[in-house]
Amino acid sequence: MYPHTHHLTTQPVLDVSSLTVRYNGRVALEDITFHLHEGERVAIVGPNGAGKSTLIKVIAGVLQPNSGEVNIFGSRPRGHVCIGYIPQRNQVDWAFPVSVADVVMMGRSAKLGPLNWPHKKDWEVVHHALETVELSHLAARQISQLSGGQQQRMFIARALAQESELMLMDEPLTGLDTPSQEGILNLLDRLKAEKVTVMVATHDLDQAASHFDRIMLLNHKMIAFDEPQKVLHTDNLLKAYGGRLRPVDGENILTVDDCCDDGEHDHIH
Amino acid sequence: MIVATMGNMTTFIDLLTTPLQYEFMQRGMIAAILVGIVCAVVGAYVVLRGMAFFGDALAHTILPGIALGYLFSGGARDVLFWWALGTAVVAALGIGAISKNSQIKEDTAIGIIFAGMFALGIALISTVRSYAVDLSHFLFGDVLSVSTHSLWLILIFGGIVLLIIFAFYKEFTTISFDPILAATLRLPVNLFNNLLLTLIAVTVAVSLQTVGVALMVAMLVTPAATAYLLTHRLSHMMALAAVFASLSGIIGLYLSFYLSIASGAAIVLTATVFFIIAFGWKRIQQK
Repeated sequence: MYPHTHHLTTQPVLDVSSLTVRYNGRVALEDITFHLHEGERVAIVGPNGAGKSTLIKVIAGVLQPNSGEVNIFGSRPRGHVCIGYIPQRNQVDWAFPVSVADVVMMGRSAKLGPLNWPHKKDWEVVHHALETVELSHLAARQISQLSGGQQQRMFIARALAQESELMLMDEPLTGLDTPSQEGILNLLDRLKAEKVTVMVATHDLDQAASHFDRIMLLNHKMIAFDEPQKVLHTDNLLKAYGGRLRPVDGENILTVDDCCDDGEHDHIH
Repeated sequence: MIVATMGNMTTFIDLLTTPLQYEFMQRGMIAAILVGIVCAVVGAYVVLRGMAFFGDALAHTILPGIALGYLFSGGARDVLFWWALGTAVVAALGIGAISKNSQIKEDTAIGIIFAGMFALGIALISTVRSYAVDLSHFLFGDVLSVSTHSLWLILIFGGIVLLIIFAFYKEFTTISFDPILAATLRLPVNLFNNLLLTLIAVTVAVSLQTVGVALMVAMLVTPAATAYLLTHRLSHMMALAAVFASLSGIIGLYLSFYLSIASGAAIVLTATVFFIIAFGWKRIQQK
């Protein structure tokens, strides 16, 4: 069997303390401390290169921090298979010869263990996951035939098939049209009922405010982490976005010069 | 009319059966089909993971190993498989480690190792007087001289490769499609990456006599790439690639027999024609 850590349900879903990550001498994350409750939906917001992707990767356990600790249900990320990591869409080879159902089944690779082929029960889990994200009718399609929103929902289905309790999503809404974005956000709302904890990196402050329980404002350091109305204040935003933020004509409106390219990934390997 | 047609039929059947009266042709056919299947299945991962250059380099890198075996054994062919196998596994894991930890770019590192090792192989073989003939066999293959003993080795080691791919199909596919998912699922990604490199190495050793080191990459990528154009499922791609590779082996050997052209080249050319046809067909379909 592949490694599998059991959960101490008395512990918080995610407990991060004094996390610091450096790339080539530059500080990507500095002294990050927070914890998440079960079923909570959290948006990570901050400028490009603020360390959002890095934080997600460290929690997923695919990147090692320089110092600090990540605990998931009381133990280190390494033994856990309950973390669903949903990649940015541009990191995926969409021409890969797999169907939508194949990709969702990949989420069960570890649960199946070595030398096992999917059983009937695994296919049922996969089909149920596809139903949840409303993709059942496209199960047999090759993945490049999906629209952007459908691609994102396929990965959410994969995380569901994985039976993940902590879902980490890196810019899931970037590049999607508004109806697709709404579709994903509504889906995340429904996941709350299944007690899945969701952590989403996003650029969109409005969506962060309207669809998430808490917002983490990040720019290498954690600037604020609280309910949306307590986080989204001019002081905080100025700290996070600095010169890229401009108050408009003395009114209570701010604009953010921020775009959705992936500058952050230039120094992530 | 009927007589003429029957006459044509007989000539066609004769055309197919005449070469098979020779035992070396029978053995060559079997070797070409077996090697084709193994290369096609492993090749599916080579194509999908963009490892064509690695495969080409690996094939060339084993030349000094073959040369040493050749010098030590005084020209015996059957032992060369073991030398090829040993060198290929060491080279595959070596290239894998170096390309991961090197300060220069991966393809540059591979290029340096592969050209250097290849030159060393040629230097070693050139110390023997009959080197031109022997070298060309190593470079381009000599499937018609496959012995029964070699055939068994191909069958056993090719079988092991296929069995391991079948057993770890879902792991290999997951790490190839999404290494980050594989890491979050806590699959032993490094172990499987190295296992895949080893399987490619064994495949190279198994294919040595059929196509030789210089044409090896064609067997690894061409049938798999042809199948990739025609299907959207990995399992179908592997099966279809195996069919194309086997057909290339069979047709190539007939061409070799009747046109007196080098067998390895004939097989690779046939595979290339299949690819061109699939590519053209795909283009027409998309219009």
